[in-house]
Amino acid sequence: MKHARVACYGAVHDAIEQKGQLKLADGRLVNYDDVVWLPPIHVRTMFVLGLNYADHASEISFNAPEEPLVFLKGPNAVVGHNAYTRRPKDATHMHYECELAVVIGRTARNVSRSDAYEYIAGYTIANDYTIRDYLENYYRPNLRVKNRDTLTPIGPWFVDAADISDPMNLTLRTYVNGELTQDGSTKDMVFDIPYLIEYLSSFMTLSPGDVILTGTPKGTVHVYEGDEVVTEIEGIGALKSTIVGDDAFARI
Amino acid sequence: MYRAMARFNGSQHNEEIYIDAKNSIEWNGTHYNQKAFNWTSPIDGTVYGTLFNFHGDRMDARWEQPPYTKPPEHVVMFIKPQNTLNGHMQPISLPKDVDTVEVGAGLGVVIGQTMSCVSDAVALDYVSGYTIVNDVTVPHDSFYRPDIKNKVRDGFCPVGPWVMDRSAIENPNQLDMYVYVNEEQVYTNNMSNLDRPIEKLLADITEFMTLYPGDVIIVGRPLQAPLAKADNHVVIDIPGVGRLENTIIETATISTGGGRK
Repeated sequence: MKHARVACYGAVHDAIEQKGQLKLADGRLVNYDDVVWLPPIHVRTMFVLGLNYADHASEISFNAPEEPLVFLKGPNAVVGHNAYTRRPKDATHMHYECELAVVIGRTARNVSRSDAYEYIAGYTIANDYTIRDYLENYYRPNLRVKNRDTLTPIGPWFVDAADISDPMNLTLRTYVNGELTQDGSTKDMVFDIPYLIEYLSSFMTLSPGDVILTGTPKGTVHVYEGDEVVTEIEGIGALKSTIVGDDAFARI
Repeated sequence: MYRAMARFNGSQHNEEIYIDAKNSIEWNGTHYNQKAFNWTSPIDGTVYGTLFNFHGDRMDARWEQPPYTKPPEHVVMFIKPQNTLNGHMQPISLPKDVDTVEVGAGLGVVIGQTMSCVSDAVALDYVSGYTIVNDVTVPHDSFYRPDIKNKVRDGFCPVGPWVMDRSAIENPNQLDMYVYVNEEQVYTNNMSNLDRPIEKLLADITEFMTLYPGDVIIVGRPLQAPLAKADNHVVIDIPGVGRLENTIIETATISTGGGRK
């Protein structure tokens, strides 16, 4: 089943997908265009993988790491489907990153790879926008690069784990203004999902609502004000965001 | 008596308590010793750390390494996720692979109102109060990557004992901070030695990210933090705010559970 959180009729609703419409928890049917799409889950801790596809690592001149390269994001960065993402005026290297987001469903500690899928509640799509101009020489990628407001659209749907038979073989695609710019598969991850759950749960406790953004494949290109960016993952959906400038945020 | 917010004895929300100069507590009109409470972290938001903010907190030649070949000019930050939160007088459990930790003492600036793009002139008006944070960290060399494994172990972020109301703190940029390990003073500093005073730090952070009520910014976490081992009693004292006390224990002495193993 595909779940969403949407705002309409003066309230925030849990909803499910039903025949191309949203069915709210109270039974009402609503068209996709008549709601504000919110992040489909309440994100607790958000983990993000850097350089987790070898082809993307080489694309930005790094070798794939020997141990997962993980950083964290705060809740400020997260927005839903159809939202605006701000591109600061001085940015020259801003790109999208289409990523499969894995949502933890059970408390997980010292979980082995072979059991890892039992701890997954489901999946959504994340776009881990990056502004590489702001990289600096410590704890890279630093929060100013990755944890800016509006830089992490997620959604539109949260899809139950049971509906995705093989999350390690899903096509990821990104379209900028309708043109295909990124085309990869989750099968090319350096560290696969079971490995990541084993790794993280080996040194900390994962809890329901924790989310792992599993990295992006090759094909990240610059985006500019006015661009419409759609990150799409097979079986999960298509997440749209629009790049806006400083003036939309009253920044001069 | 100063007003503070604290969480204890299994409550899901913060209680209003009053603290005197000797850190003794009045709650609902009755006086208590700190040991009367089972303390938990009074924090609901996200805990963000800041680094290299004391004068002289500068790294060696490694700063100049490729690919960026110079020290960071902007605030260096990290996140202590929710699994790390821990309370006053609760044990800090050492994982099996760790025998020494840094006592990452810092002042916790607790946000009271949503802050986005706030100037330093008014930034402190958005603060609800001040607390004490211990950014417990496994000593590590891999500075260039956010090596979260060393910062996000369960219970590696005691916060408390309480959030002292900001009205009790005349000037947060003048607070002293002392660290004691087994009663021995192992570190001392004063917030007047910050490169970015607190209001400037908040302005620089909120230029690119919104802070929400309940979020905490750790200020003054030293680069050269004192170390502690199992069975050590660790105290971070920020007079005017409180004294955060924890004992470090071996993992084997508490149950772990969870998962299938």
